[in-house]
Amino acid sequence: MIANLVALAAEEEQNPLIPPGPELLIGTIAFAIVFFFFWKKLLPNINKVLEERRAAIEGGIEEADAMKVEAQSVLEQYKAQLAEARHEAARLRQEAQEQGAALIAEMRAEGQRQREEIVAAGHAQIEADRKAAASALRQDVGKLATELAGKLVGESLEDHARQSRVIDRFLDELEEKAEATR
Amino acid sequence: MSDNGCGFPAPGLHSFLFKPIATVGGFEFNKVMLLALITTLLVVCFFWAAFGKAKVVPGKIQMIGEAGYDFVRRGIVYETLGKREGEKWVPLMVSLFFFIWIMNIWSVIPLAQFPVSSVFAFPVVLAALVWILWVGLTFKRHGFVGFFKNVTGYDKSLGAVLPLVMLIEFLSNLIVRPFTHAVRLFANMFAGHLMLVMFTVASWYLLNSWMIPAAGVSFVMTVVMILFELFVQAVQAYVFVLLACSYIQGALAEHH
Repeated sequence: MIANLVALAAEEEQNPLIPPGPELLIGTIAFAIVFFFFWKKLLPNINKVLEERRAAIEGGIEEADAMKVEAQSVLEQYKAQLAEARHEAARLRQEAQEQGAALIAEMRAEGQRQREEIVAAGHAQIEADRKAAASALRQDVGKLATELAGKLVGESLEDHARQSRVIDRFLDELEEKAEATR
Repeated sequence: MSDNGCGFPAPGLHSFLFKPIATVGGFEFNKVMLLALITTLLVVCFFWAAFGKAKVVPGKIQMIGEAGYDFVRRGIVYETLGKREGEKWVPLMVSLFFFIWIMNIWSVIPLAQFPVSSVFAFPVVLAALVWILWVGLTFKRHGFVGFFKNVTGYDKSLGAVLPLVMLIEFLSNLIVRPFTHAVRLFANMFAGHLMLVMFTVASWYLLNSWMIPAAGVSFVMTVVMILFELFVQAVQAYVFVLLACSYIQGALAEHH
């Protein structure tokens, strides 16, 4: 086959493996033009667009991610606030309870104190009154006794009627006195 | 013209020669050159329509363009060179792939019906470009001694056979490889075109009296070959670019 080709080539003085000059030139120019356009204009163009597309897709994904993260953080924030509010409410309730209890205890103590004060005052008053009464009584009894003794000594004791009259009189006087002092 | 005596216009080397359609100051302009220039126009226009006013939300043409661009960028360049090293080679590889592919596709386009890349000059230009880049890059990366070691596959552990290995590697890397790089594309397209022409011409030639069934077979074969060629055209463009990338990768690699 190859021998045949070579023979033929020799015959026609045209070897297909010896490229003619003009074709080489045209081939070079034709390819150079293609390469030039691809290199300088077309591929930079499309690369820019592909890059933009990639950025757009990635940007979209990133944006979605950012929104998700934000939503998550807001949710957590709300949860934290809710928990805090619950905690605060519980704390307030407890505080109120404690305050209430303290108030009641205080009031009870105060009541107790007042009651004791009043009782003590009552006792003291009674005691004072008793003492005053006792001392007044003792005085009066002494005086009365002396008076009565004087009267008894002054009058004849024989006369029973007189004697009882005297006593009656004395007691009446005594009553009158008591009436008067009242 | 080869004539085997029965009048069958068998395709041969003459199928790859064209009379100039215009001569400008001694420069003979033929059909292949015209197709090459139309290839440039098509590639640039299509991608201008696709990427000229590229939008973030792509239209139909831009989507198709992006799919093709992505195939070369990710499927070939990133796969072989990696993303970091590969990025600056993307424009070259994308240009190579679409330029070669469209040059190949002319093979099955009515009226054109000739793969531009089956004229050796075109693969040679592209393979030479890759070869020059490879040599330059190897020098730049490894310096003179490094270049020599890289090209000859220098490895002390080989001992006595080292000189032989170095000679073979040297010839292989510097001379055979660029040649095969160009020939692989050229020969595939060349052979494909011969087959297509053969079956097409035969379908017509056999179209008389009792030979008509044979003409039918030949016609079916033409259709089959067209489908097969469509596949080969894409594969060859892919292979050419893949090899270009792997050569560049060899130049960038630390050691062989």
